[in-house]
Amino acid sequence: MGHILIQDLTKTYLRRGGVAWQFNSEADPVADDELLVLNHIDLEVYDGELVCVLGPSGCGKTTMVRIIAGFERSTSGNVIIDGNEVTGPSSDNIFVFQHNGLLPWLTVEENVRLGLRHMKDRREQAERVSEYIDIVNLSGFEHQYPHQLSGGMQRRAELARALVVNPEVLFMDEPFAGLDFLTRLKMREEIINMHEYFKKTVIFITHDIDEALVMADRVVVFTDRPATIQLDLALGFPHPRDFMREPDLEALRRDVYVGLGVHYAL
Amino acid sequence: MDFDRMRNYLLPCLLFLALGAAWEILAVFSGWSPAVFPGPRLAAKAAWELIANGTLLKHSVASLFRVTVGFYLAVIFALPLGMILGWWKTGQISANALIQFLRPISPLAWIPLAMLWFGIGDKPAIFLIFLSSFFPLLVSTITAVNHINSLYFQVAANFNFTRIEILSKIIFPAILPSILPALRISLGIAWLVVVAAEMIAVKSGLGYLILDSRNALRMDYVMDAMIAIGLIGICLDRVISQLNKIKSVSWGSV
Repeated sequence: MGHILIQDLTKTYLRRGGVAWQFNSEADPVADDELLVLNHIDLEVYDGELVCVLGPSGCGKTTMVRIIAGFERSTSGNVIIDGNEVTGPSSDNIFVFQHNGLLPWLTVEENVRLGLRHMKDRREQAERVSEYIDIVNLSGFEHQYPHQLSGGMQRRAELARALVVNPEVLFMDEPFAGLDFLTRLKMREEIINMHEYFKKTVIFITHDIDEALVMADRVVVFTDRPATIQLDLALGFPHPRDFMREPDLEALRRDVYVGLGVHYAL
Repeated sequence: MDFDRMRNYLLPCLLFLALGAAWEILAVFSGWSPAVFPGPRLAAKAAWELIANGTLLKHSVASLFRVTVGFYLAVIFALPLGMILGWWKTGQISANALIQFLRPISPLAWIPLAMLWFGIGDKPAIFLIFLSSFFPLLVSTITAVNHINSLYFQVAANFNFTRIEILSKIIFPAILPSILPALRISLGIAWLVVVAAEMIAVKSGLGYLILDSRNALRMDYVMDAMIAIGLIGICLDRVISQLNKIKSVSWGSV
């Protein structure tokens, strides 16, 4: 389970006072009072896929994932997860937020327990919580509050909180934003391992091209707003991936950079 | 460590001593009659009388009782109402004008009505204290709810929280760090108002002690009552600021 079908998804925002309030933007081809963000998107995500969504800043990646997760409504079009149309947020599809989404007044353990709070068997609940805290390597930090953890540990705690409810789909909206370079690399590795182990459908938003190419089973590249899909490509390369050893991957990387308007960074 | 100790305890005490000294000097050299401006020694002697015969304790307890009840009532009503109004935009917009209309009416303006409604005794005083704390707490709670990071509501929605759970597990803990200063301020206001309330409707409490002593022309007693008010005020403030040290609250100060 974890199959997502997106049909003809369109989203427009109302401009307020004649100024685009959601994004800083240049000229726009749509009506004066409306801002077209997502332009008839069709996308199918298969069970257990790790899909990285790439695109220029402000193109509507986040908007799309928020609609899939049920946090926002589309202007038209449908999102169907495992045969059911999405009408609102649900604990079957957990969202890992761009900024720290841990509840700061709860300890790591209490945060991870959020999704299991209806579990009758307290012992089983405690075992599950500590099992997942262990999986993300946070054993020993159960009773710490989020502000006492480093950025990387906070993301891992949030990941444990998401995984513990055994969701069908995980949404990750630039979950490594604000982490230092090395922590970012380690987190990539952990997400890849986690994905190979749990085989959950993951929709991962990033603007880091290398990150997407190293992690994804499939990359979806958005154009600038109004967003349409510019490139949708399955990556068959085995992990761990190395640009030096995979000339095809290196070539693809070059294409994606150029496709997103960058010519000199290579 | 030593410097901290000195700064936290020794220097404040020295300031009190300096105030006492200034008082003594003024009393001795101003030439005012001790009946009008009693010095610290006279006040201390009078304080000993008040403590020895239990008067001071009796009146302090009476005042504290009224403040405690009135303040708790205000907290019990203002916090839940503020949480709901802060969360429910329609209610907030509808109620705002009414709140802003009632808020600037001084609790003291309610004294005639309070006496008429509740008679003589603890009740009108408690009512006035309730009024004095209720509106500041209500407004602070609404503001605090409005400033909760919307991410927390999304997390709650993602984990299928019910409305009750959102109130008790998201809104309440999220506003605690910003509510504590409001509690502190409104308890201070309550303690201010109790003295005024006691001058009118009752025959006990520190406010009554001041009024009664004035009628007896005992300015030394008046000063002792003022000192007692100040000292109890310090204690109340200390008690309520201890709440900041609770672990699940201290995240707000990071």
